Amino acid sequence: MYSWIWRTLPGGLPGKLLGSLVLLTAVVLLLFFYVFPAVEPLVPFNDVTVDTGESLAGLAAPVGPP
Amino acid sequence: MSRTGDLVRTGLRGLGQTLITVGMVLLLFCVYELKVTNLVTDREQGRLADDLASTWAEPVDPDAPEPAGEPVQPGGPAGPAEAAAPAVRKVSVAQGSGFAVLRIPRLGKWNDRPPVVVEGVGVEDLKKGPGHIPGTALPGELGNVVLSGHRTTYGAPFHRFDELRPGDAVVLETRDMWFTYEVSGSTIVAPTASEVTLPVPGDPTATPTKRLLTLTTCNPKYSARTRLIVLAELTASDPKSAGLPAALRAA
Repeated sequence: MYSWIWRTLPGGLPGKLLGSLVLLTAVVLLLFFYVFPAVEPLVPFNDVTVDTGESLAGLAAPVGPP
Repeated sequence: MSRTGDLVRTGLRGLGQTLITVGMVLLLFCVYELKVTNLVTDREQGRLADDLASTWAEPVDPDAPEPAGEPVQPGGPAGPAEAAAPAVRKVSVAQGSGFAVLRIPRLGKWNDRPPVVVEGVGVEDLKKGPGHIPGTALPGELGNVVLSGHRTTYGAPFHRFDELRPGDAVVLETRDMWFTYEVSGSTIVAPTASEVTLPVPGDPTATPTKRLLTLTTCNPKYSARTRLIVLAELTASDPKSAGLPAALRAA
């Protein structure tokens, strides 16, 4: 796959280097701003509250994530 | 060289590249969680601090409850009358907006940018900063003020909370008041231990007689297997007009 991308990029060595850099940046930004934020809730190490279920019934508002 | 050999070689190379790519993506995810999320929180905290500064500069809303000398909160958490009381007070604190600033002299440089506490502990709220569990007491009130914060991501405001020791001061700054709490101890509990958030921790039926502060975060660091709970009790309430509270002057 990577060799195919390298062969396909135009512009000789400088063009291929520049093209690779642009592609790499695009992939990283896509991951950082779209993919990872979407995946993040599925990993557990961001849970900081204690489970707040029935024992808090009667309090004003429903309480945070598990 | 046989055709079969070529196919096997191509297949193996593809597999190798895929595995390396997956590894790089996982590494990038770690970078994202540990670094990029901090930038998100930094920006939100800057915005919250500006908001607080402008809100606190405005004249006091006559409908807002007096932060000082809060009347005794009646009863436990269960009855209908009691449920109504916090709902009324919550009007002045919108979900996701900042309403207090947390300072802990023990943590030294951590106080250079003291975190603004927001109302709510939803995923989006906690990205902004430490969150106050809605329905628990407000700073200075009788009962239990429960704040939750990230340990390792999104600015990791509670990262060093395992360093807190009994006697340490935890200061909450609100619009008009400094509330100084003194740490009484910390415990590690299961993620299901919701009883720590009760007005009287561990006793759903008791009537609160103390003004408590509970800080919860995930534990151990970089995991969420258990929760670290730091419990503190109010020792001083000082109007901001009187200058810094004793706990912050000493620091």
